Amino acid sequence: MIVRLWGTRGSVASPGPETIRYGGNTACVEVRTDDALLVLDAGTGIRRLGTALRDHQGRIDLLLTHLHLDHLQGIGFFEPCFRSDIELHIWGPPSTTLDLRERLSRYLSPPLFPVRLRDLGSRVSLHDVPPEPFSIGSVTVDGEAIIHPGPTVGYRISSGGRTLAYLPDHEPALGASSFPLSPDWTSGHRLADGADLLIHDAQYTEAEYASRVGWGHSSLEQAWAFAVQAGVQRLVTFHHDPSHADDQLDEMLADLQARDGPEVIGGREGLELSLA
Amino acid sequence: MAQPIERILVRHLASRLAVPLFLLDVQGTLVFYNEAAEEVLGRRFDDAGELSFSEWTSALSVRDESGQPLAIDEMRFVKALRERRPAHERFDFTSADGTVRSLEVSAFPLQGQGGSRLGAVVIFWEAAADVAPR
Repeated sequence: MIVRLWGTRGSVASPGPETIRYGGNTACVEVRTDDALLVLDAGTGIRRLGTALRDHQGRIDLLLTHLHLDHLQGIGFFEPCFRSDIELHIWGPPSTTLDLRERLSRYLSPPLFPVRLRDLGSRVSLHDVPPEPFSIGSVTVDGEAIIHPGPTVGYRISSGGRTLAYLPDHEPALGASSFPLSPDWTSGHRLADGADLLIHDAQYTEAEYASRVGWGHSSLEQAWAFAVQAGVQRLVTFHHDPSHADDQLDEMLADLQARDGPEVIGGREGLELSLA
Repeated sequence: MAQPIERILVRHLASRLAVPLFLLDVQGTLVFYNEAAEEVLGRRFDDAGELSFSEWTSALSVRDESGQPLAIDEMRFVKALRERRPAHERFDFTSADGTVRSLEVSAFPLQGQGGSRLGAVVIFWEAAADVAPR
């Protein structure tokens, strides 16, 4: 399984000279195996991925964690959406009110966007993430609701005996009297348990988190505690705050990278990791 | 067993409330109760952990307004939870230290995405003195 990061920024795209190393595009991750191509979220990073997929034919599975704009905004600029030779399967969190098509159409329609969902040129199929694991080729995908405002899922993606856990927007410490509680009572733990690679929300410093409780995101320290409890091999920090410049991210990460425990990697655009 | 997100959120909320609150799973197991509810049960959650339906109901000693013992299995709120309906009732309760208190209880089932059954929440209040038992 090959994992490539195309967008690692949280909340809003933040291009500029101060974010050039970690990148300014919002959430998008490519996951490739011999028989499957998965795209995790459709933030602005998906535009460049689409360009890189010009030679790809057949099926693409786009797995959305939720429908906040920083995870959806790039979908209309993803070239494969407009190609008739592409079979595009879009998966998203179930909702009790509107189905996935209606919710996606709120963005993919005028006045917010000129092209309607039904007018995309590819063969589009929409799926609610089911409560049980499902297969895409030889890949097993397990989605589960996690703590974040609105319907939101995290994913556990397994292939060839290796596992990636993807929880880009996640506030497991919300309301917890101490964090983490036992694994059974920790949001997302089952998805991350023993994963080879965990991509996890690490938007804030501790001081920032104190004034942003309930916004749906984690501090770097909370991401670390979550990763340690889950016993993951590697932690990729993700959903960087748009106000955090490269040098600040380096400083924030340095302390964690010096600790014993999971290897900590600052998520940056272009990073490629192999799970073999 | 990993708890569904809805129950995790209720637990976090409960741990910050001053009113006693029980969180039950679909089998009626008491999977969490908050600090205020420890007084009702006479046990600390950190010590006792989860309690099966028979364990937590046997720990409650309840009487009706005429002072007759009430089988908790027959109480309106327990019946209602089994039928997945909300309920509210009042009863007298002898706490672990022997003090008799009048309590009101509200209970409601939890339903998740796709209609999934997640259990129930039971909240207790001290009954106001000027409110007649029902």
